[in-house]
Amino acid sequence: MFPTEHLLILGAFLFSLGLLVIITKRNTIMVLMGIELMLNASNLNLVAFNLFNPGSVDGQMFVLFVIIVAVSEAAVGLAIVLQVYQYFRTSVTDSINEISE
Amino acid sequence: MTTATFMLYFFEAITAAAAIALVLVRNVFYGALLLIVCLLGLAGIYVLAFAEFVAVTQILIYAGGILVIIIFGIMLTTRIADKPLKVEHANIFSGLLLAGGCFSLLAYVLTKESFLQTTVSTQVDRFSHVNTIGISLLTTYMLPFEIAGLLLLIALVAASVIASTSKSKSDVPH
Repeated sequence: MFPTEHLLILGAFLFSLGLLVIITKRNTIMVLMGIELMLNASNLNLVAFNLFNPGSVDGQMFVLFVIIVAVSEAAVGLAIVLQVYQYFRTSVTDSINEISE
Repeated sequence: MTTATFMLYFFEAITAAAAIALVLVRNVFYGALLLIVCLLGLAGIYVLAFAEFVAVTQILIYAGGILVIIIFGIMLTTRIADKPLKVEHANIFSGLLLAGGCFSLLAYVLTKESFLQTTVSTQVDRFSHVNTIGISLLTTYMLPFEIAGLLLLIALVAASVIASTSKSKSDVPH
């Protein structure tokens, strides 16, 4: 017997911690890490619910596509962070507060 | 307690502890390393939850790809080389309130629902999923698979285009 409820509770816990990281940290790279944590919490939920119908791989396929989108998001997000750092000379989110001159 | 259950508890403890430490840590570089510990613990959970291919993909992409990208980002946004990049905390009260509320709501719903009583039998599901995933990637999921390849190409070109042109604030005429 597999304790599926542990995985669901752990997924909820990781999602809340990712949200906490996004809100409290004042560095843009840490915010991106929080987004990765939240995406992985949703992946864990998808894998856990895939256990309910054995023989099907629909949940696992969904996880694979979520991972692909997460990689694209990390690459483009860090490129944007680099450009923002080049322009403002900082990566602290609160001091990036103007759109244009 | 069987060995598989013990391993599941072990990986769950590692994942949860690394996530808590990621919230508390102030050095961004340590944060990246803790994130990768958390993601590798999740890969161990995936192996125990009969998702072997997902576990291997998780290790390859997160440990091999995203960790390298994040560490590059940290090193390129540090101004002084020998001083570690510290991060300040803000909005602690509202963050704790929102995250605690979110977790308690989710935990309440998840423990109240009836699907938790149905525990999954591990005896039914002994075959490997890799064969099934490979077949369904090229039959049922053909269109999403191709679109994912296109998305990766677009993201690659976009990241290199965005990161290549550099313009400083002092260069821009006011």
